Amino acid sequence: MRQWRVEVFSRPGMADVQGAHVLGDIQELGITTVEAVQSARVFLIQAEFDDAFAERVARELLADPVCEQYYLGRSGPPAGLAKATLIEIHLKSGVTDPVAESVMAAIADMGVRPQGVRTARKYILLGDVKASQIETIARKILANDVIEDVILGDEAEPPSPHLKPYELNLTHWPIRDLDDAGLEALSKEKDLFLNVIEMRTIQEYYRRLGREPTDIELESLAQTWSEHCVHKTLRSAVDMTMDGQQVHFDNLLKETIFQATQQLNKDWCLSVFADNAGVVEFDDQSAVCFKVETHNHPSALDPYGGAATGIGGVIRDPMGTGLGAKPIANTDIFCFGRPDQSLDEVPKGVLHPRRIMKGVVAGVRDYGNRMGIPTVNGAIYFDDRYQANPLVYCGNVGLMDRSKVTKHPQSGHLVVVVGGRTGRDGIHGATFSSGQMTHEHETIFSHAVQIGNAITEKKMLDVLLQANAAGLYEAITDCGAGGLSSAVGEMGQQLGAEVDLEKVPLKYAGLGYTEIWISEAQERMVLAVKPENLEAIQKIFAGENVESTVIGRFTGDRKLHLRYNGQLVGELDMDFLHEGVPRYSRQARWERPALGEPVMPEKTSYNDDLLRTLSSYNVASKEWVIRQYDHEVQGGSVVKPLVGVANDGPSDAAVIQPKLDSARGLAVSCGMNPLYGDIDPYWMALAGIDEAIRNLVCVGGRVDRIALLDNFCWAKCTDPLVMGTLVRAAQACHDGALAFQAPFISGKDSLNNEFVCEDGTVIRIPPTLLISAMSLVDDIDRCVTMDLKKPGNLVFIVGRTHNELGGSHYYRVHGALGANVPKLDLELAPRIARRLGAAIADGLVVSCHDCSEGGLAVALAEMAFAGGLGLEADLRALPRSRDCSSAAAQLFSESNSRYLVEVTPANYDAFARRMLNLPFGQLGVVTGESRLVISDENSRKVVDADIEILKQAWQRTFDW
Amino acid sequence: MQEVRAIVLRAAGINTDVETEYALELAGARADRVHINRVIEDKDLLAQYHILIFPGGFSYGDDVAAGRIMANQVIHHLTDAVRRFIDDGKLVLGICNGFQVLVKAGILPGGDGFRQEEVTITGNDSGQYEDRWVYLAPQSPRCVFIEPGRRIYVPVAHGEGKVVTCSDEALQRLQADGLVAYTYVDRDGRQGPFPINPNGSMASIAGLTDRTGRVLGLMPHPERFVRRTQHPHWTRLAADLDPDGMTIFRNAVRYVRENLLQAAAAQPIGEIPAVSSETSPTAAAPLS
Repeated sequence: MRQWRVEVFSRPGMADVQGAHVLGDIQELGITTVEAVQSARVFLIQAEFDDAFAERVARELLADPVCEQYYLGRSGPPAGLAKATLIEIHLKSGVTDPVAESVMAAIADMGVRPQGVRTARKYILLGDVKASQIETIARKILANDVIEDVILGDEAEPPSPHLKPYELNLTHWPIRDLDDAGLEALSKEKDLFLNVIEMRTIQEYYRRLGREPTDIELESLAQTWSEHCVHKTLRSAVDMTMDGQQVHFDNLLKETIFQATQQLNKDWCLSVFADNAGVVEFDDQSAVCFKVETHNHPSALDPYGGAATGIGGVIRDPMGTGLGAKPIANTDIFCFGRPDQSLDEVPKGVLHPRRIMKGVVAGVRDYGNRMGIPTVNGAIYFDDRYQANPLVYCGNVGLMDRSKVTKHPQSGHLVVVVGGRTGRDGIHGATFSSGQMTHEHETIFSHAVQIGNAITEKKMLDVLLQANAAGLYEAITDCGAGGLSSAVGEMGQQLGAEVDLEKVPLKYAGLGYTEIWISEAQERMVLAVKPENLEAIQKIFAGENVESTVIGRFTGDRKLHLRYNGQLVGELDMDFLHEGVPRYSRQARWERPALGEPVMPEKTSYNDDLLRTLSSYNVASKEWVIRQYDHEVQGGSVVKPLVGVANDGPSDAAVIQPKLDSARGLAVSCGMNPLYGDIDPYWMALAGIDEAIRNLVCVGGRVDRIALLDNFCWAKCTDPLVMGTLVRAAQACHDGALAFQAPFISGKDSLNNEFVCEDGTVIRIPPTLLISAMSLVDDIDRCVTMDLKKPGNLVFIVGRTHNELGGSHYYRVHGALGANVPKLDLELAPRIARRLGAAIADGLVVSCHDCSEGGLAVALAEMAFAGGLGLEADLRALPRSRDCSSAAAQLFSESNSRYLVEVTPANYDAFARRMLNLPFGQLGVVTGESRLVISDENSRKVVDADIEILKQAWQRTFDW
Repeated sequence: MQEVRAIVLRAAGINTDVETEYALELAGARADRVHINRVIEDKDLLAQYHILIFPGGFSYGDDVAAGRIMANQVIHHLTDAVRRFIDDGKLVLGICNGFQVLVKAGILPGGDGFRQEEVTITGNDSGQYEDRWVYLAPQSPRCVFIEPGRRIYVPVAHGEGKVVTCSDEALQRLQADGLVAYTYVDRDGRQGPFPINPNGSMASIAGLTDRTGRVLGLMPHPERFVRRTQHPHWTRLAADLDPDGMTIFRNAVRYVRENLLQAAAAQPIGEIPAVSSETSPTAAAPLS
């Protein structure tokens, strides 16, 4: 057999976009001696064909006939005067290579099936570069050490991974005779992330059994008991000292967020906190489910792969909810360090925030777009405390049959794994994500990074929807964190299961039984199938080239039996596996931080402050990101993320039409305010809830059908002060849900988001609670967007403005935090939402926008430039608290529950009657003058600016 | 009345098949979404359809190049079947990824007159995927999908949509032969740089047709503007807005009704046996 090497270059005169990008990135690093960069795609093909056929493969398949040329073999440096440096980037052995898989299939279509295909990228740098600079370029721009190898010059390419077949070697990890130090050492040595109490619990279990555990048993326990899988902290008992008072919770989650949901007891909640996603009623036939996950640690190491598998993973949650949903929308919320940090500001072991951001956006883009799921809603937040711990929240909404919200696995059903093959990728992902990161994680935990292949998942989705419609399986769940261990373990919790691990299809030989069991290889789902349905379901799968394999069956003995080639390698009681994890008790303390308000002089004009706030990272337009996401695929887009006369204004929420033949819509939004958490996480959480709900109200979402999701990203909660902030936020979720009658239906937490630098400094993320929300829209024709519609229309403000600049973006651009954090009025906020919602449903409103980041001034500016119209506003009409007397506070305070509403003169009376007894005022009028003019209480024009100037300020920050 | 039947071809990574099916049905066709494997297994399957759609998506991940792997599949398994379909006077529409497949399989701009090495579709000048709305000006009077004189507003959503020819001569031939179906223009009908031309296509080419005028491929997505509320700022517009994307589907269905169904009704043992055998000739009478 021969190995063919094909290099594909751009033809002279044709753009080498990849090369130009790399050159730009090199220049951004401050290296000026590289004059040009040529890029090539490299294919290494092992096959039994002759020169002529190889030539055909290169010409007909691999190279574009117009834009590209190919070279068979290894090309040398180009002729010419400039010094050339050759760098090749190869995937590490065992890393998924989607292109290689497609090329294999395509060559087979041409008539010969190759033995193997690998792909690589080749770069030729022209110009004088020092060896140290080559190293920097390779590491910082071209390759990610976690998944890729760098080959310089004429070095030999890495050998083909012909891994030796695995030979069974049953391994025990003795535990019965260990002391505490020994237990801790074992946990650490094997990366189990189990603490000494958990290890002791396991020790007692094996002492009772009278034997030592095998490796696969301990690994199963570590996966199932990981923070990632069981939320030990949120479910722990907590003793809290708050402002000197003692509060006790037996189970924090049950007594806060769960309790509110239970108390509200909405009949439209069909499955809450029980399955992979929360499920609510959509209409008589259908339900919708929603799940938001985080993929923070993997995205820190490999932003592209981490984010791609983040979205890929969360899509499988609705696919694995009940008997499976069809994914209909994605959401993405990210937190990064400032993208303009200098390289010296970035700690060792951490990628630059800009590289992280670009990689994360590209990862979500490539996976989400390929899946054909519109990315409809999101947000990006910047704070330097996220530089080592970027947060990547990915959400997915699914549409499902109302009659299929529960699973029915029974003993005797077959365990079928479907989709992608299992490899070494993602080993220890669940435990790794449950720990703290250090500067060494980059090398130690590279195996925890998973590599996705969206098309494998899309193919699997296509056939699963058919199998679902045909009713050919009884239960389904995804292989997420913990891999097969979690999926089979969960599905067989009440039954018991036996699994023959050698039957699991592998990407390559050499995996041991434990690796097979805990691998987090992507794009796999587990089904429970009645034996009589096996043939029919496998026919559907095979018909579209999707692999499915029976790996075991569900029993009735409530035990997990794991075998390899007939040899028992693990046996665990399901009860111990799922219920054996010891309960925790945590100490928590909350003390109000000693903060004060900064002294800021009164000004006569706030134009500059408005411009600075508009162009600040958190407020600025995210169009650069939004446009890279397909937000219209599936054809259900009603209110897009960008709206207004030029399609570039910031929409409050997305509305989609899940069923193309029904006028019913679904509104999706989010809210998040980490800055407020530095003052008080209780008010931060309530502001997040209010913001998410305001966004739904603004587009016409029903106020009585709002479902909420929580995602807590916190630092290490073993510190009572950190735990205290978590408790405060959980209490707020309880209070907010009850006030708005909006239950939480699903949630997730990612704790331990802190980074230990080489010098021992710890960087903790601020407490970051993402609230995601969705609601119904009865008639999509009644939806409202935030752009001003017509000169002469009236603009009202509903809601009261307080002197609440604490944590505001106005303070932030001036380098201050402040103390007066926005406090939610739990009685008033829902009343405003309901009344305004009714007015919108009745067609009395032509545009509506909430005041959020940047306050009133930013919201008015956004409405004006999105509509391409001017606005004259008078602050004398602003309903405000007595202490909110300064123009700065009136313009930039971020008080909750405030809406700006555009109404036609004809509807003035009808609208005003609806708002009776609420704080509201007729703030201004829409003009055709293309200026935003805001007069203060003394009729001074405190803002007077051209809307195009305002828009440019808002757009140029991310004009990348 | 006889049905106009459309087949929407699915494959791994194709992802706009459902809304394309919906658009065809809104236009009055009966559409089936069928996996390409079924057509490869049974090439006669195409015979019962009048319109063949290569929809959008990322077939086989767009690995190697957008549409390339699926085009390779078409070349090696379906060339004759698609050729026969076109020769039978039927219609072929490729949208976005489907357009890329048609060009890379040599079906567009078409074997007679153009070699595979002369026209391709490659990466956007911007270097990245973008979803944005564009105006298209109709060019070729020959193309049966196009409503003459009507400028349409539809979204593009792609990373590789730049139409490129190997030479100026080839480009001029495309234009002279009336093979350019749509060009990117601004609201007033003028060509211009990004974002008017969202990908840097030569001569602002957004879509191509072949010599028959019965094959159309275009990068933008007409199936994403078939209802008023899909317009990016419909909340500013009149309630009776006619969605531009529908023009393409309506014209296709009308063409089949006027040219294929009537012909089939006139000669029951005609070129589309599957349909005419299912439906009695008299049922088609009201149309003629």
